[in-house]
Amino acid sequence: MNMLRAGRWITFIALLLLAGVYVRALAFTPVEAMQGLAQKIFYVHVPAAIWAETAMVLVGLASAVYLFTKDPRLDRFAAASAEVGTVFCATVLTTGPIWGKPIWGTWWTWDARLTLTLFLFLIYVGYLLLRGAVTDPGMRARFAAVLGICGMCEVPFIHLSVFMFPTLHPMPIVLKPSAPSLPWSMLSTWLMSLGVFTLLYVGFVVQRYALSYLREQLETVGGSHA
Amino acid sequence: MLQAEGLRHHFGPVRALDDISFTVQPGQTLAVFGPNGAGKTTLLKVLAGLIQPQQGRAHVAGGRRAIGWIGHQPQLYGQLTVLENLRFWASLYDVHVPADLIARLGLEDHANRPVRALSRGLVQRVAIARALVHDPTVLLLDEPFTGLDRIAAEALSRLLAQHAAAGRATVLVTHNVEEGTGLATDVAFMRAGRFVHFAPRAGRGAQQVADEYRRAIA
Amino acid sequence: MLRHAWAVAAKDLLVEFRSRTAILSVAVFVVLVLVVFNFGRDPTAVSNIDLAPSILWVTFTFAAILALNRAFQIELENQALEGLLLAPIDRGSIYLGKLIANLLFVVTIEVIGLPLVALFFNVQVLLAPLVLVIALATVGFVAVGTLFSAMTVRTRFAELLLPVLLLPFMILPLTWAVQATVRLLAARPLSEIAGWLNMLAVYDIVFLALALLLFSATVTE
Repeated sequence: MNMLRAGRWITFIALLLLAGVYVRALAFTPVEAMQGLAQKIFYVHVPAAIWAETAMVLVGLASAVYLFTKDPRLDRFAAASAEVGTVFCATVLTTGPIWGKPIWGTWWTWDARLTLTLFLFLIYVGYLLLRGAVTDPGMRARFAAVLGICGMCEVPFIHLSVFMFPTLHPMPIVLKPSAPSLPWSMLSTWLMSLGVFTLLYVGFVVQRYALSYLREQLETVGGSHA
Repeated sequence: MLQAEGLRHHFGPVRALDDISFTVQPGQTLAVFGPNGAGKTTLLKVLAGLIQPQQGRAHVAGGRRAIGWIGHQPQLYGQLTVLENLRFWASLYDVHVPADLIARLGLEDHANRPVRALSRGLVQRVAIARALVHDPTVLLLDEPFTGLDRIAAEALSRLLAQHAAAGRATVLVTHNVEEGTGLATDVAFMRAGRFVHFAPRAGRGAQQVADEYRRAIA
Repeated sequence: MLRHAWAVAAKDLLVEFRSRTAILSVAVFVVLVLVVFNFGRDPTAVSNIDLAPSILWVTFTFAAILALNRAFQIELENQALEGLLLAPIDRGSIYLGKLIANLLFVVTIEVIGLPLVALFFNVQVLLAPLVLVIALATVGFVAVGTLFSAMTVRTRFAELLLPVLLLPFMILPLTWAVQATVRLLAARPLSEIAGWLNMLAVYDIVFLALALLLFSATVTE
């Protein structure tokens, strides 16, 4: 199937570019004075975090439209986006402690940002479990949509909450109202990495979408024999 | 009183309704016969507004308030008494329980017993009372005779005859041709979501309809 | 809409009153959890005042989940839910009715649990602001929980799936409630908890409105 192949190519290219970004980050981008080499993980950590959250918002939006139009493509997209979001959340949750160990001196702290990414991860896991626990396709889509919309609405609360707790986590340095306080060399590498993660998201989603489409076709064939 | 226009609905790959259209006039009783999985229950649910059809339109004069439903399940709360159940369902329709309803179904001695303590036949009678509590003008019946004891079955037949005589409409779906034919003014056979036969009963007996049904479905 | 909602809630409460098993088991559960907490700590290491807010909220969380799990069970027993959907009432009033019944159920548990916390852990809990915090947090997670239990009850592993779905949504209001409780028990000025109360109130409004809108999607095919 063409879509599946396209998804694989996009992912492959994105992974190649990711390697490229890391070559640039390690060899051609200055080492941050305070944190040393550990700071390099920031080029994965932050883009992954941004896409982990964006994916949740996209799940919610697709779900909301699904409830009105009942278009199965939106349901497939929401499922694909949730799976990719889960992977990105896992990336954030693994890179965070790897960075935290040398900088904070501990793998895990119950720091607000880290904890709240964990919530997001748990919402994703719940979403995928719910999909697995319903057999009727129509019901599965409706239930998942309801949960997806709730998940999306939880995201702003997570953000608000972060600002109310004292935290050890570095404050946002890229996405903040004033100009980014980052040297251009680091910022450009980071922007490239964000672009690569966007491509990675698209590639993964296209693959998952194509796979769930194929699975539905298979169920249709199986269903007509029953 | 009841109209269906070009109803189509499918669950994934399974076609449950495939271009179904019909009208039921006051006083008419339509019996829909079909094997399991023919889409009979889906048809009733669409008529009742429980399922939004993917295509087509179902219209019941008077809306949801006019519909009475008797299905496989009694739709009762086991912990509550017969009277409490009837009162609850009546309150959702903003009516009071009709004074003679309990007597009509022979439930006088059981009105204050919890539904959980009743025999299956009695529960079915309470379920019928429940469906009639708001004096519906359109009755939708899903295999209504399944599990009924003789008294309840006779009571139901009598009530359905009264219902039709009062100029009201009934749609009854079942896989058992012997049960439904006696009451029907119109007969339809359903297979894989389609009406393969739809005509007035015109004096045909249960045996004749059963023979035609076997030929049409086979 | 409210009249029908009340009819649904009154019916739920009558069913509950008839059997009384659920409320009794949850009440016993609350007592047991509190006792377990008491033996599961070192009283010389952690003072009561530091531990009480966590104990209070962990106990309420698990008791609420037990209560929510049973909410839609009685509707599915004889397909009564289908009867509710057939009745000429708004889908929203079905949700509101279940929500009211669940709230009363959870509040009953909290009314039992709160004095026990005070008794076992020797803290002053009968404070008007604390009652407000508990009320706000309870409305929030019961609103979401009622919506979710309408879905999970029709899945496999319903008893397990509800907490898995609900806890990530409960943790946020819970952390705010715990923060507010900590300050209240430490007799801090009320102005310090205003922020947490605001968050709880906004959460309640958003998720109550959302659940009212989304409920019909969980029951209509």
